[in-house]
Amino acid sequence: MKPADSHPRGARHLYVHLPFCAHRCGYCDFVTLVGRDGQHGVYVDALLAELELERAELAPTVETVYLGGGTPTLTRPDALARLLRTLPTAGEVTVEANPETVTPELARLLRGSGVTRISLGAQSFRPHLLEVLERRARPEDVRRAFYHLRDAGFDNVSLDLIYGIPGQSAADLERDLADVLALGPEHVSAYELEAKPGTRFTHAHGAELARQAEAMETYYESVVETLTAAGYRWYETANFCRASESAGGRDLRARHNLGYWLGRDYLGIGVGAVSTIGDTRRRNTPRLSLYLRELGRGGAPPRELEVVKPATRRIERVMLGLRLDEPIPVAGLEDALDPAGLVRVESLGLIRRARTRAGQTLALTARGRLLGDGVTAELLA
Amino acid sequence: MDLSHIRNFSIIAHIDHGKSTLADRILELTNAVSERDMRAQVLDSMDLERERGITIKAQAVRVFWKEHELNLIDTPGHVDFTYEVSRSLQACEGALLVVDAAQGTEAQTLANTYLAIENDLEIVPIVNKIDLPQANPDGAATELAELIGDDPDRVLRISAKTGYGVEALLDAAIERIPPPSGDPSAPGRALIFDSSYDQYRGVVAFVRVVDGVFETGEPVKAMATGTRFDAEELGYMAPARTPTTRLGAGEVGYVITGLKDVSRLRVGDTITQQRQPAAEPLPGYKDVKPMVFAGLFPTDSDDYPELRDALEKLKLNDGALFYEPETSQALGFGFRCGFLGLLHMEIVRERLEREFDLDLLVTAPNVAYRVKPAYADWIEVHNPAEMPRELELVEEPYVKASIIVPKEYVGQIMELCNERRGRYDHLEYLSPERVHLTYELPLGEIVLDFYDQLKSRTRGYASFDYDLAGFRDGSLVRVDVLVGGEQVDALSLIVHRDFAYDRGRALVEKLKEEIPRQMFDVAIQAAIGSRVIARETVKAKRKDVLAKCYGGDITRKRKLIEKQKAGKKRMKQVGGVEVPQEAFLAVLNLNESRR
Repeated sequence: MKPADSHPRGARHLYVHLPFCAHRCGYCDFVTLVGRDGQHGVYVDALLAELELERAELAPTVETVYLGGGTPTLTRPDALARLLRTLPTAGEVTVEANPETVTPELARLLRGSGVTRISLGAQSFRPHLLEVLERRARPEDVRRAFYHLRDAGFDNVSLDLIYGIPGQSAADLERDLADVLALGPEHVSAYELEAKPGTRFTHAHGAELARQAEAMETYYESVVETLTAAGYRWYETANFCRASESAGGRDLRARHNLGYWLGRDYLGIGVGAVSTIGDTRRRNTPRLSLYLRELGRGGAPPRELEVVKPATRRIERVMLGLRLDEPIPVAGLEDALDPAGLVRVESLGLIRRARTRAGQTLALTARGRLLGDGVTAELLA
Repeated sequence: MDLSHIRNFSIIAHIDHGKSTLADRILELTNAVSERDMRAQVLDSMDLERERGITIKAQAVRVFWKEHELNLIDTPGHVDFTYEVSRSLQACEGALLVVDAAQGTEAQTLANTYLAIENDLEIVPIVNKIDLPQANPDGAATELAELIGDDPDRVLRISAKTGYGVEALLDAAIERIPPPSGDPSAPGRALIFDSSYDQYRGVVAFVRVVDGVFETGEPVKAMATGTRFDAEELGYMAPARTPTTRLGAGEVGYVITGLKDVSRLRVGDTITQQRQPAAEPLPGYKDVKPMVFAGLFPTDSDDYPELRDALEKLKLNDGALFYEPETSQALGFGFRCGFLGLLHMEIVRERLEREFDLDLLVTAPNVAYRVKPAYADWIEVHNPAEMPRELELVEEPYVKASIIVPKEYVGQIMELCNERRGRYDHLEYLSPERVHLTYELPLGEIVLDFYDQLKSRTRGYASFDYDLAGFRDGSLVRVDVLVGGEQVDALSLIVHRDFAYDRGRALVEKLKEEIPRQMFDVAIQAAIGSRVIARETVKAKRKDVLAKCYGGDITRKRKLIEKQKAGKKRMKQVGGVEVPQEAFLAVLNLNESRR
């Protein structure tokens, strides 16, 4: 049996990983590579070779393509252009960009290569916080990059914001939010900084973060309140888009990411990229040399495989679906849910059950969304 | 052997004052054990005893010295086993009183010496470790002589370690200690002063025959418990079991009973023949009752059967251990166990963890209470959660505590005893430097951390012993703890009315630290009946999400949530609140926060 949302004719979402960065930020835990300018061309060759190998996994029509990193926009322009030309066309093509890499030429190149959406890694507009994050861009770089994108014709730009940065005061956050709103992006992703154990960042800032933890507990609420008050729709735990009524009726949610959250199949290519197709989830080797070698020989890159049984997929469906503002239908997910837990969180006003013509649905209340992980743990069987 | 050539004695000494070393030297000197076979400290047979330097179970060893049969009866060295010590002493005519030349007399030694004097034993005073550089043999000898009313010149000076003076000591024992008296032709009477369990042969009783003669195979009975059995084998320890055909008046030895239940043969009971029983048992039998109680729960509830089996096995060797199943709504299935005292509890707990490899959660210990509920008869309560709410009278056990300290700490000791509702009884100077204080204290005030406090306030110099002094009226109340509005049985405690507020406050504060924040506010209350005396709130979490979740994060994210879910399962649910197991130990650590 195929899970409800996995498409019978292959994945409609394609992720492409571009690992190159000018500098590895301390907090980052993605697969990234510093330097290696000379390898951009070979890497794109390998990507396209992998795409060829996996072509059968893709649906005839691809809905979204997402180029993430790393810093995709650091990839040498000729290699990037060649890649974009060769990738399947799609209704939404997103590229992640670091502000300091965005020049008018690059913006035009992206626009001219069929890219429809840019996710700009602003993170903060406070110089001292950018420094803590080891970001190279200054606040003025962020603004300049944004204008270059607008000038090139991009009408769907997302800004990434990080909060909970060591040393960040409530006033700092308020100013960052004001700076975001002043630019008026179509979409905002606001992430709490996650200091993972064992990282260089945690080593340097862990103690400071622990000290501030209590003061920062309300930052998430502030982000939600400020952005929703400014007319943004809080459509996913960490994601906001301009509500369609203030956007000429456009649905500005990130369609590619919605694919993940709705439990759809996706194909990921590149070092460290993850795919989920049917009951298989696989992760490509994070090692560039291995990746290049195997694809150079015409074989698939080494992969870590995980079997995602239908029961597991249902758990994920609940876990991911509850991140969204739209209710999830309960039908088919019953055995992933603990009825007693459901009653508990409902009585605490954290979840709302509704009965529609299509059957019962579940959605977190506003407070439930702030406590999403705990609520999910509570109501999973 | 005729009675005039028998000497029965024990050694009284404080921990580390050299009792075991002296016993070893005696065994060596009398060739009972060759030096090569000598396992250091033969008498202490359990590892635990060896490690903690205490003797838990007494044993008796027979040696020969200059045409005399000497029975060396070992005595348990700790406060919880006073009754066993008194029975061991009752089996003797004399005692070697050993004191460390550097440290002088300690409270336990004092208590056991008084017991020996009460039993009319001839006391042979000995100063040990005279070879140590910091030794003060003259000072220690003077103190000893004064204590027992003897001449300082008669105090023997030895070094058990080097063997110096040990031969003279054996000579003195023969010369000073009287031979046993008893009537060999009277009906048999043998005092059980200890017992152990042999998995193949059942209960082995250690006895001192007072009257008559016992023969192998004879049908006998224990007079107090009425237990009947055959004396399957008689013998003595040399130090290995050595069978003989008979044990006569004045002799010390063992009886193999074949009994499978150690509780059917109690220390202090008298064995007599079934055929021609003695008219009267020997005096002094007491049914020792556990006074300290605690709940023992397996950390992993799946281990409950293992815990039950382990307790069953321990009980075979430890007649004083009491246990019955207990169900706690918070901690699940376990046992309420009764102990003679705190050390006994510690020993049982350690043996369960070490010998049976169990992971245990032990609730705060409490004492036995005698309670007169309204409209009902007196009952004994072993568990605070079972204390009736409506009652007329409560009685709690008191002890007579004996404390010896250097004089500069007298103030601290008095302060501590006053804080613990002690009633001052007596103070005397043992020497110009050392003071002996006696207090009457509620046992309930001692069970938590009295000993630690005593030691920490005197930089370790105080020594302490106690003896039960019976039940007294107590102005006691039951304090309940409510989490999320629901009472937590495992956290109830019984305290003196005057301390109820402070203890209740300290407890809720401690729990506030232990209970993690949840998705809602959690009220923690301490209450007497329906009156809340302290309250704290664990504020609800404001957020609980890891922000990012894209294609590559899904597995990790799912595992995190599954872990969170598993973590919830490990916690105990009380009134919808997840309470970690550690919180239940909060009561135990209360005293840290008390000061």
